[in-house]
Amino acid sequence: MRRTAAFLILVVAAACSSAGSKSSDTAAGSSGSVDLTGAGATFPYPIYRKWFSVYDSVSGIKINYQSIGSGGGIRQLQEQTVDFGASDAPMSEEEIAKAKGGPVLHFPTVLGADVITYNLESVTQPLRLTGELIAEIFLGKVTKWNDRRIAALNSGVTLPNADILVVHRSDGSGTTFIFTDYLATVSPAWAAGPGRGKEVQWPVGLGGKGNEGVAGQVKQTPGAIGYVELAYAHQNKLPVAHVRNAASAFIEPTTESITAAAAGALAALGPSSDYRVSIVNAGGAASYPISSFTWLLVYQNQPDATKGRKLVDFMKWMYGDGQNYAAELDYAPLPGELRQRLTERLAQIGSNTAAK
Amino acid sequence: MSESTAAASAAAEAGLPGLTAGDIEGRSLGDRIYRGVTTVFAAAVPILLVLITFEVMVAAWPAFRQFGLRFITSSAWDPVRGDFGAAPMIYGTLVSSALALLIATPFALGVAIFLAEFAPRWLRQPVAFLVDLLAAVPSVVYGLWGVFVLVPFLRGTVSPFIRDTLGLGNFPLFTGPDYGYNMLSASVILAIMILPYTSAVAREVLLAVPRSQREAALALGATKWEMIRDAVVPYARSGIIGGIILGLGRALGETMAVTMLIGNRHEISSSLFAPGYTMASVIANQFTEATGDLHIAALMAVGAVLMFTTLLVNIIARWLVWRVARPARV
Repeated sequence: MRRTAAFLILVVAAACSSAGSKSSDTAAGSSGSVDLTGAGATFPYPIYRKWFSVYDSVSGIKINYQSIGSGGGIRQLQEQTVDFGASDAPMSEEEIAKAKGGPVLHFPTVLGADVITYNLESVTQPLRLTGELIAEIFLGKVTKWNDRRIAALNSGVTLPNADILVVHRSDGSGTTFIFTDYLATVSPAWAAGPGRGKEVQWPVGLGGKGNEGVAGQVKQTPGAIGYVELAYAHQNKLPVAHVRNAASAFIEPTTESITAAAAGALAALGPSSDYRVSIVNAGGAASYPISSFTWLLVYQNQPDATKGRKLVDFMKWMYGDGQNYAAELDYAPLPGELRQRLTERLAQIGSNTAAK
Repeated sequence: MSESTAAASAAAEAGLPGLTAGDIEGRSLGDRIYRGVTTVFAAAVPILLVLITFEVMVAAWPAFRQFGLRFITSSAWDPVRGDFGAAPMIYGTLVSSALALLIATPFALGVAIFLAEFAPRWLRQPVAFLVDLLAAVPSVVYGLWGVFVLVPFLRGTVSPFIRDTLGLGNFPLFTGPDYGYNMLSASVILAIMILPYTSAVAREVLLAVPRSQREAALALGATKWEMIRDAVVPYARSGIIGGIILGLGRALGETMAVTMLIGNRHEISSSLFAPGYTMASVIANQFTEATGDLHIAALMAVGAVLMFTTLLVNIIARWLVWRVARPARV
């Protein structure tokens, strides 16, 4: 009963608010500042919100973004109910084929990373781990903290003779995609087992809902290990492991080391790249290996020329001044060369109708 | 009985010439409109239910077609390779709800009987109010309380007590490592959440038992305990069971608090200390990010199975009430 009542109230509230925004849409439309609407990933929402609010004040263009999750963003883009989508995982060929508006272009916006956090009272300096070892732990093959393979990487650290408790996300998420993408890249056993996805069949461990669910379970359980996104770990001052990268250096996850990963990956990208690429385990001495782009999804052929132009204008700003807002919100800005390339690539966005 | 009907039947009984109850109702336009409006409302609910069922079945069909019966017997849940089975969730939903019922019912009945039979008047209202207030706490708050208070308590105090003090560590219900996020925690939180529903209904039903029923028992020399056991509770039996069913319905569908405490693991384990999963949880967890058609269909299929399970449990419960209520009729 109570839930039904609460639900009804929500529905009414939603109806009121959507009615409200509709009327403001029309008002804005007549005064020339067409709203752009977007939907998708929750992970970059804080930086997107910042961008849209700052961009509104510099250009007067209002962009409405709903952080409903990457999956929802892709579905809405396919149905053309939004002007752009956003996702933490690139769309598959199959998903692009289902988009009603034709070819979809992927534009990286900022970078994020997963960090490995753990609960070990006796360990005061950051733990060092390799990708292979993380995979073994999450596969349930390494089960004790004092396993000699962990000890070999952490000389001088007292590791307890305790069981390792694996904590993963229970909800489908881009964070999980980045993490499993990394494990599948560095571990053939992981690639052949759980594989990569926003939700996989976990061999061991408990599921926590959201970053806060994983972090909560790790914090409360001695011997636990889990993965959360960098911003969350940083803001909550969680202990984070240093992970060995492709150049065999142990790297602390910071916005700089994540930007370095994108720069490292860039070398391998040709000029005709569609940027639907993974940058996990990227080359470069300072690259943090569990890093990823997050993307805006944009139709190559914009159905509405005016909106298309406004979207391109915004993205130009995003690759310019916009990048300066990233680091303060714990997102890694794109490396300079990549911004250049992506700004040039914006020219590919065209329109079915002649521009007015 | 509404006033107009009362007036009509009074007129009919009085034998006024040429005036029957039907005549009066038939003549009043207001009555006919009223009747029409309520009929539409009454019809809307079943129609809505049928439409929802239809939509869910259509969306779930690809999963049922692909997996058939295996969908409810398989434990696989692999979105990467598109292999789905709901057995652990069905098991988790049924076990956590049953266990919650087992824990909550004695408490709820105890509260109800105390409030109806023993509590002084000045105490009855505040305690009843506080118990009812439990129903007003949002489930995410229960979940948070569970994470920060219940889980550490169960893991640090209850689990060692069961295993070491009682020596039940090798009993299949209590084996395996206990991380606190498990079937037991989910069931306990569910029990607390459904307690106010069962207790409120039981209390009202007990209070509605006629005074004469109690007086008769006491007059026959019954003690207070015998009076409650033999005269009051049997009289209120069907209502009490109704309250329990209401709680069960709540337990089967509860999502948020359970998701936060059950550990979300696709696995059937005999141990209450092992993590599990429920049908409502998997939908809440995965629907927003599901992109593959089969994945969405599988989640819809879980929804369909959950609807069907709830329906089945309710039918069984109704039948139970019907069975129990018959001999209690006075």
